[in-house]
Amino acid sequence: MILRTLIRNTNLLISTLLILSLFSFVLAFLFPGDPLENLSGLTNLSEQEYERVFLAYGFDQSYVTQFWIYLNKLFEGDWGLSFASGIPLWQELSLALPASIELSIYSLFVSLMIGIPLGFWAGFKYHKPADYSLLAISVVSYSLPIFWLALILILIFSLSLGWLPLSGRVSLLFDIPEVSGFMFVDIFNSEIDNKNAAYISALKHLIMPTLSLTIITAAIIFRLTRRSFIDVMSSQYIKTAYTRGLSHTQVILRHGVRNTLLPILPLFAMQSAVLLTNAMIVEFVYSWPGVGNWLIQAISQRDYPAIRAGMLAVSSLVIVVTIMTDVSAKLINPALVGENHAEN
Amino acid sequence: MYLNRAYQILIMCIVLTLSACGKISSVNINDAGIIYCSEGNPTSFNPQLDTSGTTSDASSHQIYDRLLNFDPLTGKIIPALASSWLVSSDGLTYTFQLRRQVKFHSTDYFQPTRNFNADDVMFSINRWRLPNHPFHHVSGGKYPYFTSLELNQKIDKIERINGYRVELTLKSPDSSFLANLATDFAVILSKEYANQLVQQDNLQAIDNYPIGTGPFKYINYKKDRYIRYAKHSDYWRHDSAVEKLIFDVTPSSSLRLAKLITGECDAIAYPSQSELNVVREREDLTLDEKPGLNVGFWAFNTSKPPFDNPKVRRALSLAIDKNALLETVYFESATSAKGLLPDSSWAHQVDLIDTSYNPVMARKLLIESGISDGFSMDIWAMPVERAYNPNARKMAILIQRYLSEIGISANIVSYEWSTFRQRLTEGAHDSVLIGWNADNGDPDNFYRPLLTCAAIESGTNRAMWCNPEYDNLVNQAVLYSDTKDRISFYHAANSVIAEQVPLVPIAHAFRYRAHRSELKGLVINPFGAIRFGDVTK
Repeated sequence: MILRTLIRNTNLLISTLLILSLFSFVLAFLFPGDPLENLSGLTNLSEQEYERVFLAYGFDQSYVTQFWIYLNKLFEGDWGLSFASGIPLWQELSLALPASIELSIYSLFVSLMIGIPLGFWAGFKYHKPADYSLLAISVVSYSLPIFWLALILILIFSLSLGWLPLSGRVSLLFDIPEVSGFMFVDIFNSEIDNKNAAYISALKHLIMPTLSLTIITAAIIFRLTRRSFIDVMSSQYIKTAYTRGLSHTQVILRHGVRNTLLPILPLFAMQSAVLLTNAMIVEFVYSWPGVGNWLIQAISQRDYPAIRAGMLAVSSLVIVVTIMTDVSAKLINPALVGENHAEN
Repeated sequence: MYLNRAYQILIMCIVLTLSACGKISSVNINDAGIIYCSEGNPTSFNPQLDTSGTTSDASSHQIYDRLLNFDPLTGKIIPALASSWLVSSDGLTYTFQLRRQVKFHSTDYFQPTRNFNADDVMFSINRWRLPNHPFHHVSGGKYPYFTSLELNQKIDKIERINGYRVELTLKSPDSSFLANLATDFAVILSKEYANQLVQQDNLQAIDNYPIGTGPFKYINYKKDRYIRYAKHSDYWRHDSAVEKLIFDVTPSSSLRLAKLITGECDAIAYPSQSELNVVREREDLTLDEKPGLNVGFWAFNTSKPPFDNPKVRRALSLAIDKNALLETVYFESATSAKGLLPDSSWAHQVDLIDTSYNPVMARKLLIESGISDGFSMDIWAMPVERAYNPNARKMAILIQRYLSEIGISANIVSYEWSTFRQRLTEGAHDSVLIGWNADNGDPDNFYRPLLTCAAIESGTNRAMWCNPEYDNLVNQAVLYSDTKDRISFYHAANSVIAEQVPLVPIAHAFRYRAHRSELKGLVINPFGAIRFGDVTK
């Protein structure tokens, strides 16, 4: 049964990625300009060079062959060059994507740390003032436009109080070579003198972007947890547990927590797409050198190869993360698998 | 793998929190370097190739030196790599004595084995001068500053007398010639580095991985993000430059100001006119202002009727109220322009009479020239902000309203900047709101590129105006080296302009630079790019 889940999801993953790469291939033809330039990113070629690239991309053959060559190139890491910088897109993406992932992971982590406990607490205080006030706060923070929220944070913490820097990942005075793309790892591996100062600088730069993402994500997680907890606590088996003479704490620890969290795990996975989208907006506001900022630059500079590659990378990442969390949720909680109900 | 990474980072966070509690580094990293928030990406690191201010800011005075310099305070030409020079009595031959013991940058891509000498000067000048020079066609092979002033044709020959002496001969005397060698564009490159690149078959690198003698050497550059420089420890002038210089590329002017307030930048490029008061009100920030060597104007396309008629042009110039334009567009950060030259130029004519706002007279002139029921015309407004015209569109709207009072209906036209300039050069416009930023302190740098016949071809004469009398005056002026003689020619040229009105000078704008108050030694250089060599913190 586990195997079947895995196979089904792997199929889903492969076919979705295939469709995405097909779509990115078609984009090169839909964008203005020469499709070959949009695919390769090579511009102003001499006639012989053009001929060579023309053949290398199989442009003398059918569209199917061209797509096949394109797929092969994608796997080899040859995603073409950026119009704007002339640097291989794969190289640019492999530095930009980790920055976005880093930001998303931190804020997801902080959101879980805040959202889940508060969700349980509000569930306890169901229909009491504490519950109502938490719910009200969550509605407000959930409905704040993230763009505006990020700017307000800048206004308060950077411009008025002067506590936090408002752009980038670390002060530019630290020359940290970008190897992994994850700032703390790169600082750790770097050979600069004052690493502690660099860590502090990186942390300071991280606070506001994480906070603006967290305010919204934590609100969603809070609401999901609270609803689920309330549902669980009113269910038949909890009542049975009480009649068996278990104490309040025992009931909650043994039955409440696990059964509250299991059904909402896949819902968290759905949030990863929203989180990444929000992260891309936040990146733009805080000049965070992630993939969102990178894509916006690409769009404003009409860098078609970069738009194509960025679209493919971001959507692939979202698909992979969604399917992987989905699979792990199903492995932990077989009740989700559908018609194959396990006896429990 | 994903979770694994997350785990790693979690560990890092814990490590970090612990280490932060432990000890806080005693060295304050902020003292070690200067961050300058610049407005855009340079096109290369060689200012010979580009007249854009962004490129010069990033290279001219940071990486390179010139034979001569302008004193930013007095505008006088002072020695730089040439320690002294001699001009022959016929004004044709210039002999430069070069400075000894000047070292080029030593980086991981080039280690110099010899000091700067005459070969480097020959190489740098011949690169833009001779079309058959091996490096002439590298990086596009266009040297806009030198070709627009026809310097490549003015130089007859250049000879190496000995290792530290160079002799340069002109075809005809030109008293503005020395000033050109002191501009941002006349930088000195390394011949030895060029030889190394020839061997490596990597000529292009000379403009992207620069080597010079300036106070800072190039470390790395990431487009849209930053340029890093480090101190050149063998700099010939002094050893007091800061260890690190960083250009943080920040295109949005409000973001630059925000970063200045938080201290993420020590200095910023082009604070916007509407934000100047924010800088003035804060004690930790300093706003420097200086009258700039520029002029914003409204040029008529004199090759098209009815603008070929001086009477019509005069009528249009009387129809607008310059003072109102100054207040609304420049927020009073400019002075009204009477002629081409700003007050700070030595050839500025004090008694020049400004045109006054007189719509009645304007209508009368139009009727006299046979246009009684008005006409329709285009006003081209440039799409970018420049000091000499921070908001051409707004100005165009105001002018539109003034023109409607004398029965002329005006359309406002704008294109993307490079298309805009290209179509201007083709002469597709009726009139245009644009301006000029001088590259050196010589008045010739205003009179020649803006209105001479030759400048129509090179694309800086926006009025498409060709007047033999004016050309003659401008050419005569550079034959004399005494400023008194030259002034009389420029004043005569002013009267020709006042009579013919090929353009209406509008404003000479101030130049502003905002920086944090702890930054010392940053002066506005009216003759071009920013200089960080003498800045300390």
